[in-house]
Amino acid sequence: MSDKIIQITEMNKWFGDFQVLKNINLEVEKNKKIVVCGPSGSGKSTLIRCINRLEEHQQGSIIVDGNELTEDTKDIEKIRAEVGMVFQQFNLFPHLSILDNCTLAPIWVKKMPKKEAEDLALQHLEKVQIADQANKYPGQLSGGQQQRCAIARALCMEPKIMLFDEPTSALDPEMIKEVLDAMVNLAKAGMTMIVVTHEMGFAKEVADEVIFMDEGMIVERAETKEFFANPKSDRTKLFLSQIL
Amino acid sequence: MNKLNFLQPDKNNLNTYLYTGTILVALSIFIVFINSFFKKDLISFLPGSISFFLPLILGFIGLHLIRIDYSGLKFLDSINKNINTNNFNAFLSLLIVFVVIKSLPPLLSWFIIDANIAGDSKDVCTGSGACWTYIKIWFNRFMYGMYPNAEQWRINLSFIALAFLGTIGFFATEKFKKYLTLYYVVVYPIIAFFFIFFFISGGPIFFDFSYGIIAAVISIIIGFLIPSKFKMYYFIIVPITLYILLKYVFFYEELIELGKLEALEWVETGAWGGLSLTFIVSFFCLIFCFPIGLFLSLGRRSDFPIIKYFSIGMIEFWRGVPLITVLFMSSVMFPMFLPEDMFIDKLVRVIIAISLFEAAYVAEVIRGGLQALPRGQYDAAKSLGMGYWKMHILVILPQALKLVIPGIANTFLALVKDTPLIFVVGLLEIVGMLNLAKTNPEWLGFAMEGYVFASVLFFIICYAMSKYSYNLEQKYKTER
Repeated sequence: MSDKIIQITEMNKWFGDFQVLKNINLEVEKNKKIVVCGPSGSGKSTLIRCINRLEEHQQGSIIVDGNELTEDTKDIEKIRAEVGMVFQQFNLFPHLSILDNCTLAPIWVKKMPKKEAEDLALQHLEKVQIADQANKYPGQLSGGQQQRCAIARALCMEPKIMLFDEPTSALDPEMIKEVLDAMVNLAKAGMTMIVVTHEMGFAKEVADEVIFMDEGMIVERAETKEFFANPKSDRTKLFLSQIL
Repeated sequence: MNKLNFLQPDKNNLNTYLYTGTILVALSIFIVFINSFFKKDLISFLPGSISFFLPLILGFIGLHLIRIDYSGLKFLDSINKNINTNNFNAFLSLLIVFVVIKSLPPLLSWFIIDANIAGDSKDVCTGSGACWTYIKIWFNRFMYGMYPNAEQWRINLSFIALAFLGTIGFFATEKFKKYLTLYYVVVYPIIAFFFIFFFISGGPIFFDFSYGIIAAVISIIIGFLIPSKFKMYYFIIVPITLYILLKYVFFYEELIELGKLEALEWVETGAWGGLSLTFIVSFFCLIFCFPIGLFLSLGRRSDFPIIKYFSIGMIEFWRGVPLITVLFMSSVMFPMFLPEDMFIDKLVRVIIAISLFEAAYVAEVIRGGLQALPRGQYDAAKSLGMGYWKMHILVILPQALKLVIPGIANTFLALVKDTPLIFVVGLLEIVGMLNLAKTNPEWLGFAMEGYVFASVLFFIICYAMSKYSYNLEQKYKTER
């Protein structure tokens, strides 16, 4: 129990009549890096959005760090503060500078003194190598820089888990590398990560396990090496043959 | 020597084309000018219809001749680029120039040349132009309504003081900048309220005003010593407590009766009027309608059915009824619902009515801004652990409000221009005073001057507001 940081059991979710997630069972241990892959519309993003309750599930239970996700909003805010998330479209706050983007939540949610929050933010910005851009606005940065800032922003809350929702899909190839580098560094530092991505190179390099999803179900879950060398289901084989 | 082709002016004979064209255009403008200013028709020897169109034809040909691309002459190029790009635009440009020339003399003569301003009775207005004497004589009434002449310094003083207090933001040092929002949102409206409702109104209530000012000043001074964490609560609680203490503990009513202090003469709100009333009504309605509208717009998007349907109901109700009926009901129907001994001043009721009415429009404008924000902004704010209020105050509203500055400015301008409607409840701001003055038997027949005067004033006010909103827009323009 103690090192199972996320526990999803028998989880089902519908959008209207359409069932997006079917009978999901997933356990993630502390410090594990999990890559979720699969074709579009297979429910990968919905799954990780459920983990910090940006989407509500209708059946089953999700337990994050010992707290079950329920309707109680007070609880949700506490859990969300411990679960960092990085989005495909970056979603930086365009009216704030890079530094303010990073310090906003620590100051207002964690009640951290401003000076301390700024030091922390600069430290994380340094890690993703954009400390020199701290006083610019998001609109003045390239996509790759924005995404790295988004990672730093999430890290400033000092989360226990990081969720990545296709962090490189909206970037051009040259910028993908700089974002992936930042993510690899983060992985090496021992963060628990769940990454939805099509970057199989990244999966091979850092993932402990790979999950393959299709049509709302987890089709296959395996150790990384095993997954690429020896996929069990035919659907996975087909997917891998197309993507690699 | 190149051959001249008048259908296709080219660069080779630049000067020839340029001189011919310029002369033709100048000639056409000259003809219209002489016709308009000196009433002489230079080309009357021509048959009627031709003489009417000749200037247009001459100018048209002239503009055609000077339409030479990349002539190398800066002035010519800029003319060609801006008003002479093709035949149609050349035609329109000429037409506009002619209309302006034609309409100048009558306007000038009405406004200035044939107008009268000297003297102090209707008799001096003999010319065919405007009678500015009328405005001069009635100026006081147009500005202050029926407010007693001897007491008008109170209005002046209040407005000057408020204008001065309003500009504090420009002089604030870096250290005090962070309190400015608090000052403008909480302190300034309270001070303005004291000034207008106690000082201008006067009467025994004036003492309340002085307590209020004392309380405000004391709390501001102590305010600088309070850690910023508690500032918000401090500025809400302390001034009110001080005020109550001053009123009920330190200054007994008897003290006043002993004659230690002499009260200002009481002027009932019914006597207020003119431009000053326009300012007062607009100012308070602007202050009140914005927060109400903000909450309504958030309420309309709320997940709680009660709040949601209450907001929808409010918005649709106030948007669905004409302002004039709202005002009428506020003065006639509303008092019926109040307890017998309760009385709310007419002006206050009007301000509440207009504020609620405009709040509905503000709410819909703001909702437009909220909807324009991508869902990702909400997701990002939530994923950082922000609750509803933090998310809205820190992330959503700053962006949404920036988007809707033009729309809000629009609503505010409409509000200012709606204020004349308060005549239905017997409050006469500037247009109301005009209507009153024009029915004065001694001054019949000068409605035109009055309305022109009011239009100019309203234009100045509204133009200043729209300029200000444009500046705000520029100031908060970042990236995206």
